[in-house]
Amino acid sequence: MLTLERRAQPSRLWTYLTPLVAVIATMIAGGALFAALGKDPIEAIATIFWEPLFGEFAFYYRPQLLIKAAPLILIAIGLSLGFRAGIWNIGAEGQYIIGALTGAGVGLAFYPLEAWYIFPLMIMAGALGGWAWAMIPGLLKVRFGTNEILVSLMLVYVAEQLLAKMALGLLRNPDGMGFPGSRNLREYPTAHNAEIITGTGIHYGVLAALIAVIFAYILLNRHILGYHIRLTGQAPRAARFAGVNPTRLILFCLGMSGALAGLAGMFEVAGPSGQVSIDFNVGYGFTAIIVAFLGRLHPVGILLAGLLMALTYIGGEIAQGNLGLSASAIQLFQGMLLFFLLAVDVLTNFRVRLALRGTA
Amino acid sequence: MTATLLSIKGLTKAYPGVIANDDVSFEINEGEVHALLGENGAGKSTLVKMIYGLVKPDSGTMTLRGARFAPPEPRAARAAGVAMVFQHFSLFDALNVAENIALGMETPPPMRDLAGRIRTVSETYGLPLDPYRTVGDLSAGERQRVEIIRCLLQNPRLLIMDEPTSVLTPQEVDILFETLRKLTAEGVAILYISHKLEEIRALCDRATILRGGRNVGTCNPATTTAREMAEMMVGNTFDVPARAGRDLGEVALDVTGLSVRAPSAFGTSLKNIHFAVRQGEILGIGGVAGNGQDELLAVLSGEIKNPSQAIKLMGVPIGRLGPNARRKLGLLAAPEERLGHAAAPDMTLTENAVLTGAGREGLLQNGFLRWTAAKGFANRIITAFDVRTPGPDNTARSLSGGNLQKFVIGREVLQRPTVLVVNQPTWGVDAAAAAAIRQALLNLATEGTAVICISQDLDELMEISDRFGALNEGRMSDIKPAQGLSVEEIGLMMGGAHGMVVAHVDA
Repeated sequence: MLTLERRAQPSRLWTYLTPLVAVIATMIAGGALFAALGKDPIEAIATIFWEPLFGEFAFYYRPQLLIKAAPLILIAIGLSLGFRAGIWNIGAEGQYIIGALTGAGVGLAFYPLEAWYIFPLMIMAGALGGWAWAMIPGLLKVRFGTNEILVSLMLVYVAEQLLAKMALGLLRNPDGMGFPGSRNLREYPTAHNAEIITGTGIHYGVLAALIAVIFAYILLNRHILGYHIRLTGQAPRAARFAGVNPTRLILFCLGMSGALAGLAGMFEVAGPSGQVSIDFNVGYGFTAIIVAFLGRLHPVGILLAGLLMALTYIGGEIAQGNLGLSASAIQLFQGMLLFFLLAVDVLTNFRVRLALRGTA
Repeated sequence: MTATLLSIKGLTKAYPGVIANDDVSFEINEGEVHALLGENGAGKSTLVKMIYGLVKPDSGTMTLRGARFAPPEPRAARAAGVAMVFQHFSLFDALNVAENIALGMETPPPMRDLAGRIRTVSETYGLPLDPYRTVGDLSAGERQRVEIIRCLLQNPRLLIMDEPTSVLTPQEVDILFETLRKLTAEGVAILYISHKLEEIRALCDRATILRGGRNVGTCNPATTTAREMAEMMVGNTFDVPARAGRDLGEVALDVTGLSVRAPSAFGTSLKNIHFAVRQGEILGIGGVAGNGQDELLAVLSGEIKNPSQAIKLMGVPIGRLGPNARRKLGLLAAPEERLGHAAAPDMTLTENAVLTGAGREGLLQNGFLRWTAAKGFANRIITAFDVRTPGPDNTARSLSGGNLQKFVIGREVLQRPTVLVVNQPTWGVDAAAAAAIRQALLNLATEGTAVICISQDLDELMEISDRFGALNEGRMSDIKPAQGLSVEEIGLMMGGAHGMVVAHVDA
């Protein structure tokens, strides 16, 4: 009989090993899935994991990887702070949309003025927009004890409606002959989040994601605020005893995740996407939740998880195009990754033993 | 001549990394009260769980009344005549006594019959109890009666009691002992688990002492001193805390008319509490669990704020301040619950040293943690308080209860508090560690700290406190000098027998 025994302390080895085991298990189960769909499993897995990095068209896919990974990492870093403290912001998608709207809104307000201060202002506006949108569940929680999971999630749908309204109304391109969508910021150099080094995919959002990783690492490991975040998540009563103010902590965590999600939205709308459109958001805010957990809520882990997730996205798209795999098969594959990660997580805290039934 | 009821031979049970019971053998006779003594982690609970069918032994045999006894589950043990009263009650507050008892039965009789049987049993054994009263309204002593009656309805031959007196006042303990003596007169054997050596000397016929999972001897408690038994438990001699003469200074903490509403539905409200502690003085606060101890600690530590002027530290009102502001002023606290309140289970000892020491020990610089300094502080606690651990990088969870308690108390003591409030400082801690902790509190008082020791262990309070008060339903009794207080007086301060009636021994 298999039994699970709690370890005296979480295994360090398994903490690092479980993501790898999860990826391998996903490859095996995913391979079986693709085989059942009548595709060559080895080819499908290779297409997803190998093609974007080292394939014939890698020069095109590698920058794409960074462009996809940057918002995921940026949002996931913010979410991880809250998740560590047991504060569940599920509405990053909404904060991402609002950040894009406020960021793009400020940029478009200056059109066609060319000035150095416009882009920094847009960055601030994007962060502020996301922050403000996250403050709604935050303030409701500290004031009335509402559940931040529900409120933040529901505000995603409000934000989506707002996005549609803006794309069709206030922010619509006056020269766009009535088509929905704003002016393309790529054609407005001052407000364009261009590549810092051409051809690499590294725009300011990638830089911001890297800075966020470093910032979160220092916060969690070196600063008393990060210590209080971890303490609140692990032992709320001990946190109160240590003098943590729960209200401040909730507002900080929600605000921080909202601001980072807003930043991600702003960099996206000013860069890769270019314009405010009805279908601007593609689910980065939700995928970032998976990225945050895949990275074990650790800044460096999130960096790697974001890159891995972006790889499965791009690889998935290639597989759809080249092998004719359906989009839902790819989504299933990505879902497996999270499933296996959570499942093998057991190994970190428990030891599996083959126990013989006791002598009766 | 009494016959052997249960005979245990060579019971062994190993868990990964630890042998809980190693070749334990002893016998329990019919009609005797047999004490099972040992420090925490000595293997008492594992042994009892094997007898009650909760845990299966790796090897060894048990014989009950001549027949082989190997219960695969508690139901089988109960059918064979073994019953157990656990330390923590498993009762539903919202149900009445009879309903609670029916829930524990495999085939409960109709409620009217059951109520009748409860009445009969409770009358016979001098445990008056109304089967229709709601459990939520009962005192701790009465709840224990429910558990005992639940066992007695099974007509047990062996009754196992785990630390039964930890929730009772001295008067209630006397009533319980009368009941137990009556049971043994009928031939029921009682296996009595306790730390309280004086109690065992008063009640038990024989005592088996476990140390490190092994049976290290059996003695007659009536003719053995408490100290000799304690030394058998620990395996060597240890020093009884010594109190030095102390000069009392100014009033360090003054509490006047403190009333606090219960923070939760299951909490206790504090009602108009008065007391003062001087520098160099130890104030002992006794009382049965759940009478406001946790709330008192929280309101003193700053976890519950109290905007009134009721709490003054060195003459300054501190009711509005949070825990860290109070620490800065010199008021430190160590709560009862080690894991999850005083310490974070999954954090290392270094991280846990920061939990309360961040400010006073200078572990912060512009909000950034000085981990080297924190590790140094953790190491100082480990050395000064003899905390057994491979090092400060181990998690709090990995420490035994006694060692973690030494760490938690040491963390506050080393910060040289003006006032230190501790709740249950030696709860679940072995005798040697308990003695070390009490000595540390005494030393701290000698250096001029005002110490408030909240505890349910009366022996401990009598050993270290200068003055004594008791909490009862959120109210504080008058504070009296501890020396010369009789057990009866203490019991009355704790609320007496809470209206319980003494057993009719002559029945």
